[in-house]
This record gives sequence, structure tokens and C-alpha cells, in this order.
Amino acid sequence: MSAATVASPPGRPSLAGDSLTLTYRALAHWRRDPGPLAGALAFNILIVLMFAYLFGGALQVPGGGSYREFLMPGMFAMTMLFGISQTTMAVSADAERGVTDRLRSMPVSRLAPLLGRALADMLFAVVTLAVMLLAGLAVGWRAHGGPGDTLAALGLILLLRLALTWVGIYLGLVTKGAGAVTAVQTLEFPLGFLSSAFVAPSTMPAWLGAVAEWNPLSATVGATRELFGNPGWGGEGWVAAHHPLLAVLWPLALVAVFVPLSLRRYRALGG
Amino acid sequence: MEHAIIAEGLRKRYGDTAALDGFDLRVPPGTVCGLLGPNGAGKTTAVRILATLLRFDAGRAEVAGFDVARQADRVRYRIGLVGQRPALDEALSGRENLVILGRLFHLGRSQARARAGELLERFGLADAGGAPVRTYSGGMRRRLDLAAGMIRTPSVLFLDEPTTALDPRGRNEVWESVRDLVRAGTTVLLTTQYLDEADQLADRICVLDAGRVIAEGTPDALKSRLGGDRIDLVVRDARDLATAAERLRRVATAEPVVDPDRRAVSAQVDDRAGALTAVLRALDADGVTVADVALRRPTLDEVFLRLTGRPTERVDATVEVPA
Ligand SMILES: Nc1ncnc2c1ncn2[C@@H]1O[C@H](COP(=O)(O)OP(=O)(O)O)[C@@H](O)[C@H]1O
Ligand SMILES: [Mg+2]
Repeated sequence: MSAATVASPPGRPSLAGDSLTLTYRALAHWRRDPGPLAGALAFNILIVLMFAYLFGGALQVPGGGSYREFLMPGMFAMTMLFGISQTTMAVSADAERGVTDRLRSMPVSRLAPLLGRALADMLFAVVTLAVMLLAGLAVGWRAHGGPGDTLAALGLILLLRLALTWVGIYLGLVTKGAGAVTAVQTLEFPLGFLSSAFVAPSTMPAWLGAVAEWNPLSATVGATRELFGNPGWGGEGWVAAHHPLLAVLWPLALVAVFVPLSLRRYRALGG
Repeated sequence: MEHAIIAEGLRKRYGDTAALDGFDLRVPPGTVCGLLGPNGAGKTTAVRILATLLRFDAGRAEVAGFDVARQADRVRYRIGLVGQRPALDEALSGRENLVILGRLFHLGRSQARARAGELLERFGLADAGGAPVRTYSGGMRRRLDLAAGMIRTPSVLFLDEPTTALDPRGRNEVWESVRDLVRAGTTVLLTTQYLDEADQLADRICVLDAGRVIAEGTPDALKSRLGGDRIDLVVRDARDLATAAERLRRVATAEPVVDPDRRAVSAQVDDRAGALTAVLRALDADGVTVADVALRRPTLDEVFLRLTGRPTERVDATVEVPA
């Protein structure tokens, strides 16, 4: 039996191969246990409906225009933000269950568990975004730009998710159990609500408005509103004029910081 | 390769705690070494260092002929690690767990599948292989975890408290699996707080206390080196316990231990038969009725008490420091 299998010379650790195996593992997980993902999608749809029908009537778009058109780009970015919890929980659960240790005791490429996770979460982000686009179309949102603009907007949204994935991986590596939940919520709420996703920063107190303007989420939201041809909150300053640039720079900066941080942290698990 | 595992003067500190404080170990290939010690003795730290998971402050370690610090990847192809708690994907089936691990050991797709099938068969999980792990019993999980540690037929297998939190049946299942592995030539380093477990499985036992090995030998050698035989007496009437202890003290080589709950007294003696006859005769003359009497070898609990001056603490698995 095993003689043949096991005596064969060992394959080599391969970053791509190991990462794909670990991505496959995450997908197998979801196939077996789709509940949490379905829950996350349902939650996102619920928020869209809530804002579109419940609060939407009371909220005004500064430059005029449909609130739902204004809302949806914010919702797309928000769902990318909410995706962080899934990343952080998965990374933290693996560490806690001893799976991370088992992988570290195996000849698996060091970056692979993190890369495998990121890839799996990006695949789910694509699914999430597709569902959100349908939800948006259902409540009357439309992309008015050309196909190129629309694709660019979708690309920016996924780029934001990629950056947030690495933030989530890092949080998962530095926290444990309930701490992971707290860490993610502490990040998600200010980042989500102190942005231009739902309301115009100009309607906030000045200093909050400035924070909201500079928020990476606002950059993506602002840029995608322009690309989709949806109403924005206007705004005069440098930030408002450079949304597309910031929507690229912010995520790249986050990736540049959190990929090395995560890797360092993963290596440091060896105390 | 003369030794499958070598540790020399390993030291590892956590702040003020010396988890390992000059840890030495040599394990010949194909044998089982039992690392025995109470909670906090440093067992998990030793295993994690040897399994390349943890850096250490001083010393040297070799596993399967390779340096743990400098040749970690070579070591990793040759070891299996079964941690204190099963490291499994609860949502996935037993088979999926093994196939994925096989792929991560760089077996080809069909090889990984074949190996998963073999291991499920061997660990008595063939029928349950398709079911999610969360439906498994504790013993089944442990066996699957063992199988996961065996994907590449490791030359050295580390088992960190493999039967903690298992019922006697699960424990027996795991013991049987470990014996199978050893028959196939694997070297096993097994940590345990259960003295009977080390006694059952290990060729040699190392007693670990506060990060260093304080005694080493075969189970039998340890027992005979650390005190001769013991007499256990149980009296019918609790009021006779003091008399029994006094009579036993006269023939004993160490202070008798009294257990009022069991109405028992126990002491170590040199001259087995002579001591037994003398003490029974004296108690008969005192009019003390002896309900039960036994002449036996010391247990490893008693060995530990002798070595450290402290009893072993048997701590519940649920309050352990996470690995
Ligand atoms: N990550 C850690 N941080 C701080 N102290 C630790 C850590 N791991 C272990 N220790 C300490 O090191 C000692 C040995 O621990 P451990 O190796 O887990 O013992 P055992 O496995 O024998 O119960 C204990 O005092 C424990 O509290
Ligand atoms: Mg331990």
C-alpha cells in the first residue's frame, strides 16, 4: 500500500499549488456549510431594502437626484467592508483549532495559508458583488456610464475588498475568539458609517466630515459614483476632485502595509 | 541514524517562566518515548520545538537526522504532529480532511485520494469517511487526527496528550492505533499526564518537571529504582486505621500514607514477604480486622511523588493552556 505512495520523492512546496489547495479547502468548507455565507448575503440584501424603503424617504441627496442611485455605490463598498469579519473569523478559528499549527508543522509554503484565504475570500466577494448588483437593479439603481466605466467601478470595489482582506487576515492573526469579533466590529463601524456611503460629509460637523472625506471607503464610493454616473454629494476640496486616484492609492497602500505585517506575524507565531 | 530525536540543553523562556530549562532527550528509532509530567511541566513546549513550531532560546535539537532550526523543511517532510486538541475541519468529511492534507504534503491528486482511503481503512473510519467530522465521537476524531499525522508515514510522530478528554473506550482505540504505528517502524514521542498511559505504551519514560527531565528509564527500571514494593492495607473499622499505620511504620522504609476515605494505609517496604507476615501477625494480635491486603509495585504516581516531593496534579483537560 503506502510503500509506493510514501517512498516517492517528496514534491516541493509550491506557493501557487499550496495556496490553491487551501483555497479549495475554504470552498469545500462553504459547500458543506453554506449557512453563514447565505446569512451574510441575506444581511446585505436586508440592509439595501432597509435603506431603500425605510430610511430612504427621509434622506436627501445634496445635489438632488434619486437616493437609491446615491445609496447603491455606498452599499457595494459597505458589503466589501462587512466581508472582513468572514476573513478574520476564518483566520482566527484556524489558529485556535490548531489547524494553523498543523500547517506550520508541514512542508507548506509560508505565505500559502494567507494567500489561499485571500483568494477564497475574493471569490466570495465576486459572488457578493453580483448579488448586490442584482439587488440594486431590483430597487431601481442603474449604471449610466459606458461598459468600460462600469467595469472600472467594479474593479475598484473589488480592489477595496482585496485590501480589506489583508487587514482582516492581519486582525485574525493578532486576535483570538471573541477578541476577533470585537476587533472587526471596532473597525467596521467607524470605517463604514464615518464615510460618504450613506450621508454627505458636508452634513456632518466639520472635523467628522474631514475624517469621512479621507476615509478609504469614501474614496471608492466617490469614484464608483462618478463611474456609474450616480449622484454624488458634490464637494469642493482636493479629495472630492481626486476620488479615482485615491480609490486606487488607498487600497494599494493598505496592501503594501498589511501583507508584510501579516506575513511577519505569521512567521512570529513561532515565538 | 542512531537517534530519531535528539535534544540537548533546550531552553525556552516566556517572560519569567522557564518553560524548558535545559531539556535533554535521546530517542532511538522505532521506539516510543513517554514524556510524563504534570500540567505546566513543559511537555507541549518540548513537542512544539521539536515539531519546528517554536523557536527556542538555547540548545540544539535534531529530528529524523535533521537540525530542527536550520533544516526545518526537511524535518517537516518526516514528522507527524498530533496536537493536544484535534486540528480538523469540522465541516468537512474525514476523507476531505485527509485528501487536503495529502495535497499539502504534495502527493498527487490520485495519490492523495488513495492514501486517504488507506488511512481511513486502517483507523477504522472507512464507513464514517464521508460524514462531516462534527458528527464523529471523541475517539473517532482522535483517530482521524492520528491518521492526519500519518499521511506521509512519518519517521517521527509527536503525540501531545493524545487521550486527554477521551473516555476509556476512546483511549483504548487510540492506544491500539499507536501500537500499530510503532509496529510499522515509526518513532513516537508521546506526552501524557496519565501514568498508566506511559506505562502501557512507552519503551522509555522521561519524567519532566519544571522544564527539565528529572528521571529517565524503562517503566520497570524507574519503578524499581525509585522505591521497592509496597504493602496496601484496608482495615474494616476506620478506628483501627491509626494502629494499622503504626504497625506498618515499623516494617516500612518510608512514612506510610493514610487514606481515610478508603480506610487504607500504604507504605514502601524492603523485605516483601517478611514485612507482610510481620505486619499481619501484629495486627492480628491487636485484634484489628484487615479487610484487604495487597503487595504490589509502586505506581508511577508514587514515583512522581518521590521524585519531586509533590503529588502530580491531575488537571481537567478543559482548563489547559491552549497549545
Ligand atoms: N505562549 C505562552 N506564553 C506564556 N507562557 C507559556 C506559553 N506557553 C507555555 N507557557 C508556560 O510554560 C510552561 C510550560 O507549558 P507547557 O509546555 O504548555 O506545559 P505542559 O504541556 O507540560 O502542560 C507553563 O508554565 C506555561 O504556563
Ligand atoms: Mg501541554
